Amino acid sequence: MAEKPRKPSQVIYAPWEDPQAVPLIKFRGVTKKFGDFVAIDDLTLDIYEREFFALLGPSGCGKTTLMRMLAGFERPSTGEILLGGQDLGGVPPNERPVNMMFQSYALFPHLSVWDNIAFGLKRDKLSKDRIAARVEEMLRLTRLEKFARRKPHQISGGQRQRVALARSLAKAPKLLLLDEPLGALDRKLREETQFELMDIQEKTGTTFVIVTHDQEEAMTVASRIAVMDHGKVIQVDTPARVYEAPNSVYVADFIGDVNLLEGQFHRTGPDRGEIRYSESEPPISAEVLQDIADGTKVSYAIRPEKIRVSPDRPDDRANAAHGTIIDIGYLGNVSTYHVELAGGQMVKAAMTNSTRLDRRDFTWEDEVWLSWRETAGVVLTK
Amino acid sequence: MRRVALIALPYLWLLLLFFVPFLIVLKISLSDTALAIPPYTPTLDLARGWEGFTEWWSALDVDNFIFLTTDSLYWKAYLSSLQIAVISTLLTLAVGYPIAYAMSRAPDEWRPTLLMLVILPFWTSFLIRVYAWKAILSQEGFLNQFLSVFGVDPLTILNTNTAVYIGIVYTYLPFMVLPLYAALEKLDDSLLEAAEDLGCSRMKAFWLITIPLSKQGIIAGSFLVFIPVMGEFVIPTLLGGSDTLMIGKVLWEEFFSNRDWPVASAVAIILLLILIIPIVLFIKNEEKQWESDV
Repeated sequence: MAEKPRKPSQVIYAPWEDPQAVPLIKFRGVTKKFGDFVAIDDLTLDIYEREFFALLGPSGCGKTTLMRMLAGFERPSTGEILLGGQDLGGVPPNERPVNMMFQSYALFPHLSVWDNIAFGLKRDKLSKDRIAARVEEMLRLTRLEKFARRKPHQISGGQRQRVALARSLAKAPKLLLLDEPLGALDRKLREETQFELMDIQEKTGTTFVIVTHDQEEAMTVASRIAVMDHGKVIQVDTPARVYEAPNSVYVADFIGDVNLLEGQFHRTGPDRGEIRYSESEPPISAEVLQDIADGTKVSYAIRPEKIRVSPDRPDDRANAAHGTIIDIGYLGNVSTYHVELAGGQMVKAAMTNSTRLDRRDFTWEDEVWLSWRETAGVVLTK
Repeated sequence: MRRVALIALPYLWLLLLFFVPFLIVLKISLSDTALAIPPYTPTLDLARGWEGFTEWWSALDVDNFIFLTTDSLYWKAYLSSLQIAVISTLLTLAVGYPIAYAMSRAPDEWRPTLLMLVILPFWTSFLIRVYAWKAILSQEGFLNQFLSVFGVDPLTILNTNTAVYIGIVYTYLPFMVLPLYAALEKLDDSLLEAAEDLGCSRMKAFWLITIPLSKQGIIAGSFLVFIPVMGEFVIPTLLGGSDTLMIGKVLWEEFFSNRDWPVASAVAIILLLILIIPIVLFIKNEEKQWESDV
């Protein structure tokens, strides 16, 4: 749960923790309905300047609608969206200091790369020299100088993606919206481009809001992630906290791999409690900081990599359970062991394959001990 | 071998149905009118061999083409046809574009029906449809009956150029709408959203994105209307007045009233030469587009 240790001189960028900071964007009780369908349900959310903010959720969760409301293509049914204190309600898309990079890139096929990038600048009635200077700057930033004269269909998918980015950044918007920006790229290129995006975001200091269904992408690029479901924001937090301290079973399950053990909660100390989840196993002892009444049904969420697999019962860990290996998933860097406990629960444990040539310690049908610390998992009530 | 045969097929088609008839008409245009069957001379008598051929060849001349320049009727008819063709192409474009645009923006489940409605008039005879316009536009026609309800004096439309324009726009509208629809239907909505996002008003986005991206459809539709209207004969005959001058009408009169096949053929050859210019321009444009795409 601990954040990365930082050097004391390093300024931590976390305006959401500063009560004095004024958000760039405020959603205030925003609801959006399409007929009877509620796409966004009474949503309140703050996004700060220079953030790389990710909207993450399954398709149909309302993340795209939220983005389209920021761009101006949809209007909230109720509630208001403020950008720098100004209500965006009646402002049409062409008058907002907001630009969008479309999922399909939406490059103008009849214009060259150069003219695509210059398109928005020309609308601002800038002088020819200033347009040319800005376009050249954008071409340099996205390393597209060589392709300026080509038409969009004459360049590769990755280059098209960069043209779309350059075009949407050219007007130096206060806010840049990215709709699944890397969805059309293959995996290798996507990973490279993620870092490029972060680099460009840092260089330009623009606030980015990215919509994605790819949790790895959100974890990599974002300063904060809003996990959405059915038009509601379930949790807004840094990638590390969303992963390590999910606030609900939905978030824990949506982000990454997780074991969910259900049981009854009993408090054993001021910051301690135990979860009885099985007849055959001793209760899980866990650090619990929130207020939970005795006897409440809770879910204990623990990530597979927090669980150690060992042949004997370890005595240095607070929790241990005994079981049989049913399945082994070998992924190269890690192996995932599916272990069945005596009570029938399946628990996944991931171990790093830190050595190359050693014989693997465990195989199918082996009896093993699973163990983890008190702080390894979180107790969830919803 | 199969490839050669495949390529040869359209050429054979063109040779038989275009080039051979063209040569026949060209030959007649170089002949002189005569009271005979067929009504021109010379005719090639192959039974007399080489001597027959040279005699036939020396009898051919360009007198008919020179004659066309001496009578102002002909070049006036050409110019008038050109004017009517240009104006009606622009009118058809102005009427057809909104129709094609609305069709391409209609909900998916509506589109086949709308497309059907555009093609539907083809199911009725063209002549009957033009006659129907006579019934609508005449002095006692449906239009004037309808207007009289509101106390408007009867309009004189039939037998004027206005009626010709109405008839042409009505008849050729599908030829304009279909290529426009094909071009507009491919247009991705997100392009218009992107244009708006980058600072265009809706109107500006239409001019900068929709119009350029439907350019192919505009050009194709315009030529599909312009080329046949140039030689149009039925509509000006049935709906136009005595002062409606079109080369198609002149051609018909030369052939059937005057029975002067050679002059009529010369008129046809000149019409073809006039039309070759826009056709070549059209092909050039397509080639240029194709090259820039590759």
